[in-house]
Amino acid sequence: MKRGTLLALQIGVAIAILALWYVLTTWPILGEVKQIRFFFSTPYDVWQRIWKMFATGVIWKHLWITLTETILAFLIGSISGVLIGFWLARQPRVAAVFDPYIKMANALPRVVLAPIFMLWFGLGIWSKVALGVTLVFFIVFFNVYQGVKEVSPVVLANARMLGMNERQLFRHVYWPSALSWMFSSLHTSIGFALVGAVVGEYLGSAAGLGYLIHEAESVFDVAGVFGGMIVLSVFVISIDWLVTLVENRLLSWRPPVQGQG
Amino acid sequence: MPSPPPHSSAISLKNVDVTFGSGHGAYRAVEAATLDVAAGEFVAIVGPTGCGKSTLLNVVAGLLTPSAGSASVGGRKVAGIVGDAGYLFQADALMPWKTALDNVAVALEVAGEPRPAAREKARGWLARVGLSRFADRYPHQLSGGQKKRVALAQTLVRDPAILLMDEPFGPLDAQTRALMGDLLLSLWSSDRKAVMFVTHDLEEAVALADRVVVMSAGPSARIIADHRVDLPRPRETHDIRLDPRFHEIQRAIWSVLKSEVMKAYSDELPMEPAR
Repeated sequence: MKRGTLLALQIGVAIAILALWYVLTTWPILGEVKQIRFFFSTPYDVWQRIWKMFATGVIWKHLWITLTETILAFLIGSISGVLIGFWLARQPRVAAVFDPYIKMANALPRVVLAPIFMLWFGLGIWSKVALGVTLVFFIVFFNVYQGVKEVSPVVLANARMLGMNERQLFRHVYWPSALSWMFSSLHTSIGFALVGAVVGEYLGSAAGLGYLIHEAESVFDVAGVFGGMIVLSVFVISIDWLVTLVENRLLSWRPPVQGQG
Repeated sequence: MPSPPPHSSAISLKNVDVTFGSGHGAYRAVEAATLDVAAGEFVAIVGPTGCGKSTLLNVVAGLLTPSAGSASVGGRKVAGIVGDAGYLFQADALMPWKTALDNVAVALEVAGEPRPAAREKARGWLARVGLSRFADRYPHQLSGGQKKRVALAQTLVRDPAILLMDEPFGPLDAQTRALMGDLLLSLWSSDRKAVMFVTHDLEEAVALADRVVVMSAGPSARIIADHRVDLPRPRETHDIRLDPRFHEIQRAIWSVLKSEVMKAYSDELPMEPAR
């Protein structure tokens, strides 16, 4: 498909959804308009709500809080995941001992940890960061562990024959391999850092996008909920786009993956 | 450190046994292998697949410790990785996260050569294998033959005393193989390092080597024949194949090799029909 046609069709889908939304909330097709509007609001109201959030500047504080939580969760989770993943991959005995516990911790649905984190870290940003860290850590950990374990034996033997000592093997072979696995999970781990932040905010906080949506929900302000959701998705897409830029720079040595754009 | 005795061979294997595993599941790959490669000599090792040719190379390289017997390189007994051996692997051994240039340069950098000097020399070697224009490409952006040439440059840039090659051109198509053979011979002829070249392709072995050693089918593979290839050098691998003497030598070696190949084939057939 040509690029122009594709873009036109994509915009067409958005217009169709908005039009359907508008029609169904303006004329009494599915029932009384007032009732329908209570459940679905209208495109115009939602737009106005979003516009107001930005015009008054309320939104910036919440965006900033959510962004901070996401980045902190990502950094702490990734760094600890890389370090521990690396260490365990090079220490098979330690890895064997910890294996069942790591699997157990990873099997736990993280949402149940939210209340305990609030108890431990308070209602501020750190309880949300902690929730994000528990999500990010395991993704990065498993990827790095795999990355170190699955260094091609031939590449390794060749590096040894080139005279590399342990330190040089680390720098030229293990480290780049582990990092590449970590970066390949970058989208997922950033996404999960954000999930941790928003879910944490949703369950109890005084700021952030999750808090904004939760507040609107608690007073049945559907326009506010939709507005918050739209801001949140645009926010996620922008972060994802930034990650793609970083990734393209850092992983230029990788062959393009078949079947993905 | 004692100096090596005079007239010692560049590579020497004495009664090398290699057994993998132990007890009931033990598998003896190589038995009583004795082989000497003189300085400047190009020795090809042929044998049916799975006969332990690569095992012998790994013993010489120090990647594998023999269960009995010993190997020595340049008169010194092999214990651990042999620093002055260059090893060209069959599979892709380049670091995929480094460009062609960095893959070659790193071989010098790890030996303590400063980065600019290492890169300069690496550029020179890429030019010698005809890849100047591809210095900044990553391995996945290179063809199979180009990757082999980078690997060759990576191995030779360190100026190793001996060269160990494990079916290095095996995965390539016939034309590229012939070209790589010529490239190898032209690079080798400038300083004539001792070479151990493992292949299952008898024609390639005869075209390249001074001597062709034949191994029997595994398990417990042994060295069963040692033929001198008295074809003149410099050789052009394509032209030399038309030489009548080439065919005589090939036929003589094939008469020994054939039965071993059949043996390996019949052993394998009922178990692995898919291969």
